[in-house]
Amino acid sequence: MTQKLLEIKDLYAGVAESGKEIIKGLNLTINAGETHAVMGPNGAGKSTLSYVLTGKPDYVVTGGSMRFAEHDLTALKPEERAALGIFLSMQAPVEIPGVTTQNFLKHAINAQRKYNNLPELDAAEFLKLLRSAAKNFDISSEMLKREINVGFSGGEKKRLEILQLSLLQPKLAILDEADSGLDIDALKIVSQGVNQWHTKENSLLIITHHLDLLRQIKPDFVHIYADGKIIKTGDMALAEELETSGYKNYLDAAK
Amino acid sequence: MTDKPQIEDLSGDKYKYGFTTEIEADTAPCGLNEDIIRLISAKKNEPEWLLERRLKAYRHWLTMSEPHWAKLKYDAVDFQALSYYAAPKQKAKPKSLEDVDKTLLDTYNKLGIPLKEQEALSGVVAVDAVFDSVSVATTYRAKLAQSGIIFCSISEAVKEHPELVQKYLGSVVPYTDNFYACLNSAVFTDGSFVYIPKGVKAPMELSTYFRINAQNTGQFERTLIVAEDDSYVSYLEGCTAPQRDENQLHAAIVEIVVMNNAEVKYSTVQNWYPGDKDGKGGVYNFVTKRAACRGINSKVSWTQVETGSAVTWKYPSCILQGDNSVGEFYSVAITNNRQQADTGTKMIHLGKNTRSKIISKGISAGFSNQTYRGLVDIAANAKNARNYSQCDSLLIGSTCGSHTVPYIRNRSKSAVLEHEATTSKISAEQLFYCQQRGIKEEEAVGLIVNGFCKEVMQKLPMEFAIEAGKLINISLEGSVG
Ligand SMILES: Nc1ncnc2c1ncn2[C@@H]1O[C@H](COP(=O)(O)OP(=O)(O)OP(=O)(O)O)[C@@H](O)[C@H]1O
Ligand SMILES: [Mg+2]
Repeated sequence: MTQKLLEIKDLYAGVAESGKEIIKGLNLTINAGETHAVMGPNGAGKSTLSYVLTGKPDYVVTGGSMRFAEHDLTALKPEERAALGIFLSMQAPVEIPGVTTQNFLKHAINAQRKYNNLPELDAAEFLKLLRSAAKNFDISSEMLKREINVGFSGGEKKRLEILQLSLLQPKLAILDEADSGLDIDALKIVSQGVNQWHTKENSLLIITHHLDLLRQIKPDFVHIYADGKIIKTGDMALAEELETSGYKNYLDAAK
Repeated sequence: MTDKPQIEDLSGDKYKYGFTTEIEADTAPCGLNEDIIRLISAKKNEPEWLLERRLKAYRHWLTMSEPHWAKLKYDAVDFQALSYYAAPKQKAKPKSLEDVDKTLLDTYNKLGIPLKEQEALSGVVAVDAVFDSVSVATTYRAKLAQSGIIFCSISEAVKEHPELVQKYLGSVVPYTDNFYACLNSAVFTDGSFVYIPKGVKAPMELSTYFRINAQNTGQFERTLIVAEDDSYVSYLEGCTAPQRDENQLHAAIVEIVVMNNAEVKYSTVQNWYPGDKDGKGGVYNFVTKRAACRGINSKVSWTQVETGSAVTWKYPSCILQGDNSVGEFYSVAITNNRQQADTGTKMIHLGKNTRSKIISKGISAGFSNQTYRGLVDIAANAKNARNYSQCDSLLIGSTCGSHTVPYIRNRSKSAVLEHEATTSKISAEQLFYCQQRGIKEEEAVGLIVNGFCKEVMQKLPMEFAIEAGKLINISLEGSVG
């Protein structure tokens, strides 16, 4: 039986400050266990979609609906959406000077546990969990003691994002260009990490420009996203086709 | 919704020390003149020499005017509208802790400062509790006396150790020093006295807990710490006041004398009532704190966490007179709403090889304004003197102000001075990143701020550090929304 996890209906959203519209009538349903890939030209609004789903205050929803596991997302604060199980691996993870990676992760895990009425982890329990997870992502304990993302290389930041995914165990992971800037080994680490977390209950929304990651994490659906909506849906074959012929045909057809 | 952290309502009712104690007080009539000073002196049964000092200071004060160089804006204080003495009425001067008025004990319990001596001595702190103008209790005196340490109220010290008080009082901060110090020298009421004899390391932390309770009363306390050769003491100071619509004046003096190879650590967690969100009420905190490192290899460190007061004017200083002496200043100052702080330090290098270190962390939120003002002064004879200064400011929101004013005066060719300063802002991006991981905005601010001032917080004694960390979070509540 398929179970709806995320249901976006006729969504309109834009920049809060200027009112500029970016998402224009988007429909997308993701069932539990499914993997969806979203591909599309630069500036199409893919990252914006990820921010609107996670509640970044820069954006405002002007029409349509977003439901996640029986919840109306628009009514929820970003941290509530996170605690419900929506995780965003950001295209540009943010540096927070003064806050060590380790301390940040402890606060994150415990904040979500608290929200879900689970006992908070004490320092020892947390460290045990963190150490075993960090090993899988080739993240040293020295790195965990550094300020989060500060001075991390592009690849290190992305690995840390996926480490967080594996620690926080969300229901839906949105990976916004999780593969950009990764060397061959790191790509393997990241895709293995994602696959390990990915079960029949968990769903994935992968935003990417490349096939490498998709070849490792086989998507059930591939969507072409242009000018604020999905203009074509297919499977991995569509992604392969895009690699050789680009978006042009589909963009022209959509006009 | 916008991308900027928004300033939200943080009213004074978040201030959990804002309650008032109902206790009958013996209060001097409002106003300041020689008769009032005589009255204070008489109430305290003071010797003639002290009254003479007070009057001399008062006459000098009349010739002075309030300093206005600080970047502070506040209504002028009407010195004639204040009362200069308020003491809770107790039947007789309590002989032991058991005799202290129950209302007062309850007050301190409520403030988290139990005035009792526990059996076990590990992790304990000796407390001198100053309530308005008088010291109401001092714990562990007998225990400390065993090692020759004197820890009592300054009023008692005047009577019991006049030779020490006469020798050291005013020797670091003379009554002519500045307007508020001069006023304090004329009207100071109580405070703590600490004397650590030669070769003695204090077996526990000593502390004074200041509480302003009475209305329209200035608090003018006076602390004097003397550390003889080869001695050591760590001293803590805490302060709170009830929530009142009127401004309360607090003008204290702290003097520290440090002799050869001695070390004094002075920590403050200042949490005077900051006023409400519109800047109504709150304490004017005009304080002169100074340490004289008179001996060779003497060392003093000031560590302060300042979250309270409506207006703060305070520059704990070190006079590094003895060769090889060391002065340190570690400060976290937080201002929110309409709070204003002009604070920093002065490091005066006189001796050879003297070293000083300044780490200042200023956090401004709301509509507050904060200035770091620091002086590093190196005399011609201070060969090989060194100073390292680091002043970091963190802004929350875009309606607060932060300024750094470092003064440097160097007349020694061999001195080495380093100064670093940064200003940063908690960005909407950072807050969202935290929130996306499940951390609430307010917790995120606390996390970032605590990370920002970690270096200073680590200098606080353990028991204080936890308390101070919580205080930081509380004082920033509502700074984003
Ligand atoms: N906060 C904002 N203010 C103004 N314009 C914005 C804002 N956020 C996004 N935009 C604009 O909206 C459009 C979509 O941006 P978005 O980052 O979502 O694109 P994208 O599909 O992720 O592109 P890329 O593939 O390059 O990452 C762009 O033109 C961008 O400049
Ligand atoms: Mg993008």
